[in-house]
Amino acid sequence: MSVRVLIPTPLRGYTDKRDTLVLEGRTVHEVLEKLFSHYSGLKRHLLTDDGKLRSFVNIYLNDEDIRFLQKERTPVKENDVLSIIPSIAGGRT
Amino acid sequence: MPEVGLEGQQKLRASSMLLIGAGGLGSPAALYLAAAGVGRIGIVDFDLVELSNLQRQIIHFTQDVGRSKLESAVERIRAVNPHVDVAPFETQLSSENALDIIRDFDVIIDGTDNFPTRYLVNDACVLLGKPNVYGSIFRFEGQASVFYAKKGPCYRCLYPEPPPPGLVPSCAEGGVLGVLPGIVGTIQATEAVKIVLGIGETLIGRLLLFDALTMQFRELKLRKNPECPICGEHPTIHQLIDYEAFCGVGVRQAEMGDSTVPQISAGELKARMDRGEDVFILDVREPHEYGLVNMHGYLIPLGDLPRRVNELDSSRDIVVHCHIGSRSASAVKFLREMGFTKAVNLAGGIDRWAAEIDPALVRY
Repeated sequence: MSVRVLIPTPLRGYTDKRDTLVLEGRTVHEVLEKLFSHYSGLKRHLLTDDGKLRSFVNIYLNDEDIRFLQKERTPVKENDVLSIIPSIAGGRT
Repeated sequence: MPEVGLEGQQKLRASSMLLIGAGGLGSPAALYLAAAGVGRIGIVDFDLVELSNLQRQIIHFTQDVGRSKLESAVERIRAVNPHVDVAPFETQLSSENALDIIRDFDVIIDGTDNFPTRYLVNDACVLLGKPNVYGSIFRFEGQASVFYAKKGPCYRCLYPEPPPPGLVPSCAEGGVLGVLPGIVGTIQATEAVKIVLGIGETLIGRLLLFDALTMQFRELKLRKNPECPICGEHPTIHQLIDYEAFCGVGVRQAEMGDSTVPQISAGELKARMDRGEDVFILDVREPHEYGLVNMHGYLIPLGDLPRRVNELDSSRDIVVHCHIGSRSASAVKFLREMGFTKAVNLAGGIDRWAAEIDPALVRY
């Protein structure tokens, strides 16, 4: 299945400034693995040392938080959109 | 407007709204809420107006530079609508004063710029049962929602924990498109008015994402987390906590540079350079800052460091600097994790270098 992965502005430093990637996989886990194999810096940022998603990282499949689906085991469909939603605090420069 | 009518206008007149911050988000929100006829508007802020604020903080004018933001905002609100009862709080919102300040208002509008205050506002609103109209911005992207634990999720349901300092780009590195807080702040004002009027569908349970570059809005579903430590089924937080500790850093300390990474003073660096020692200067600011003033360092903006780290030699002494020492502290932390054990942070950045060592350099 090819899935569109949306990279938010604060993380584009890890993806050669790319904002959208099209990656293959059958589950959220497989798509993320594909993403990390291309961009290892992102892996360190998003996963703990034992390979779990960090608690301040939210991954959405289409408009649903994967925590309320089957987490990383959630199956993906062709043309699904996977978004990484970062915490942002800003209001000034 | 038939949806508002006399009854709606009276509701607004009887309502009270509290703006946390009179900055980028608070400015447009305050002006519209005053114009809408909100009866009582509270503002919490303790900053002074700076020239660099004016690009987006439209409640303040050029003549206000150097003045307290609170004073300037109060004056503007009264000019827009003299019937508004303005309640100024010239203080930093803290665990000690938050409940007392927030208690008297119907709707809270979070326009802050840092994680400790965001969690503080959230927790105080949950404990007091108030709706928290959330807005946040970064570069060209904005987020908005309404966190109202009585009816839906809270901020902690979405983000149980803040990111550790250093893993999120600082505001200095990020910057913000000046118009963006105008859009997000007016969305917040819209939601606040809807809550008071009891009309329409608010952003409770939805996170609105806005991208100014592609001019697209997206929407994500937010769900109440049954395990949320403050609004879940078995809450473990029953009172306000120390939010700076919770977020792993003092806000002021973050701005001045993280003292936990090894650092070198400007004087020490000068002495080492004068002795002709081999010191590699790494500048992690943005190219436009480098163009303005530099120390002839090697430029790799912090955001590019992860993918360009192989351009550096780990056997050399590396002194990393930015503007005032915060971004470079993150860079040193990162470099040390990557095996650059001789990387140190220039305390106070190029700003202190210019102040103490080289007065010919431009300060910004």
